[in-house]
Amino acid sequence: MASGMNSQVHPGPWRAAGRRLRRSRLAMAALVFLALLVAACALGPLLSPYGPNDQDLALKATAPSAAHWFGTDPLGRDLATRVLHGGRISLLVGAVATLVATLIGVGYGLLAGLSSRGVDAFLMRVVDILYAFPFVTFVIILVVVFGRELWLIFAAIGAVEWLTMARVVRGQVLALRDLEFVTASRASGARLPHLLLRHLLPNVLGPVVVYASLTVPGVMLLEATLSFLGLGIQPPDASWGVLIREGADAMETHPWLLAGPGLFFSVTLLALNLLGDALRDALDPKSAAA
Amino acid sequence: MLRFLASRLIQAVLVLLAVLCITFVLLKRAPGSPLESERNIPEHIRAQKRAQLGLDQPEYVQLWRHIHAFTTFQFPVSEKNGGRTVDEIIREAFPVSAVVGGAALLIALGLGVPMGALAALRPHTLEDRACMLVATAGLCAPSLVLGPLVALGFGLKLRWFNASGWYDADDWVLPALTLGFIYSASIARLTRAGLRETLAQEFIRTARAKGASEAAVVFRHAFKLACLPLLNYLGPAAAGLLTGSIVTEVVFQLPGLGRHFVASAVNRDYELAMACAAFYALLIVAFNLLVDFVQALLNPRIGWHRA
Repeated sequence: MASGMNSQVHPGPWRAAGRRLRRSRLAMAALVFLALLVAACALGPLLSPYGPNDQDLALKATAPSAAHWFGTDPLGRDLATRVLHGGRISLLVGAVATLVATLIGVGYGLLAGLSSRGVDAFLMRVVDILYAFPFVTFVIILVVVFGRELWLIFAAIGAVEWLTMARVVRGQVLALRDLEFVTASRASGARLPHLLLRHLLPNVLGPVVVYASLTVPGVMLLEATLSFLGLGIQPPDASWGVLIREGADAMETHPWLLAGPGLFFSVTLLALNLLGDALRDALDPKSAAA
Repeated sequence: MLRFLASRLIQAVLVLLAVLCITFVLLKRAPGSPLESERNIPEHIRAQKRAQLGLDQPEYVQLWRHIHAFTTFQFPVSEKNGGRTVDEIIREAFPVSAVVGGAALLIALGLGVPMGALAALRPHTLEDRACMLVATAGLCAPSLVLGPLVALGFGLKLRWFNASGWYDADDWVLPALTLGFIYSASIARLTRAGLRETLAQEFIRTARAKGASEAAVVFRHAFKLACLPLLNYLGPAAAGLLTGSIVTEVVFQLPGLGRHFVASAVNRDYELAMACAAFYALLIVAFNLLVDFVQALLNPRIGWHRA
């Protein structure tokens, strides 16, 4: 939508950003890795000869081998399959919770930015106050109180991570709403939906994409932390946080149980951070120059 | 200045009240009660016990009693911890968290600020790249991965320290190193960004033009301004570190505040969970106030505009 809208401006901010992004080799490597990871997590468990919860008690814990690439855990489950299967949950939480946070943040930011001064001040003071909240504390209480269901983990994490997004969008809207082209559009009788869709949203989309991409690793880390503490995804289901906990508990005798999921999780966080940084540089050339 | 601080103080009190209320309401919604695990109690004794704990009163009365207790420092007893009062428990656990967190904060600053400064002063050199590589490594090595690795390497394999527990005088080292390294990554990135942005500004050019030495330019002129985003980050980070990273305390099995908090939330120990949440909030709020104050000192313009 946005690229079509800007097509009369050459070469178009989105296309220019895409070109800048492609020039960053690190970002491209991160993108390729993430694409491969998503494909592997989606297809891997289907192609694997083992199920994620298939136990082979005769096998017990074995070191990595040709038959079991990452080894097996004390119940004889194939770790490679479990890591890929767990990756589905971890990536899903990353995507859905970020979506929740983005929707709340953008909505709240638009509301504050378009409201009158007093309402805006009140709304942003609420955000200030929420910033001072001990949020991990909060998520833990939420999860303990309402049980450990997957949708709740999405909602709890999303409900925590929207604050920065709200601030960014509101600042963007404040800067935009008094610019000449918006005033002109309003003077010529444009209504709010038209202003929103045609002028405001396309212009806040860049920062939103940047902050959403930087939210993903934070969200995944929060999920892994909860699961690590036993408050998130419950065994026998396994996210990477659960697998890392199982690995940490057995690391003295079976270090490979920590190595597999730990490596996957760390490299994924790295790739997401690199991609987020590159997106920021590409979509906001000013900050890249600084 | 005074008005600014006053408004911040009022805000801090509001935050604390909100934390107490929300925690209380959430815990009340939870299925299960603190008496649930004690099965074989006759009904009239159970009723007595409920009355004694005030559980038979309306919820707003209970909430008010909690708030009243906290504000007058009459701390309630934690039923699940052998009848000790919650302030006893916190007083015992907090020093553990604070020692580890304080050491971690020093390590993070001592590692992060020089790394970030070096990278900012020599942009696009090998030093810059090396520092930022380390900082990026810190970003993607969260404590739930790094902690077990550190415990395995220095504890179980090399046997330099205990891999877990709180027995010897040097048991703070491994958790502090883990946390310090992780936090140093963000500090290095913020220092680098802040310093580079400041060094590009006009007043720095003026300072250079009037012949100030490079050291004077960096330390007297640039650093003050470059610190502002770092300070913003340090407030909540310091509070988080001092109250104990929950994951690190679980990995290294430290008897700190974070573990008590998770345990109390799981055990429905309302008194202790609320006390922990309030204590967390109190520290975060206190550090935010401190940061606001220092920022207003460093940059007088901020105080007036944000008040």
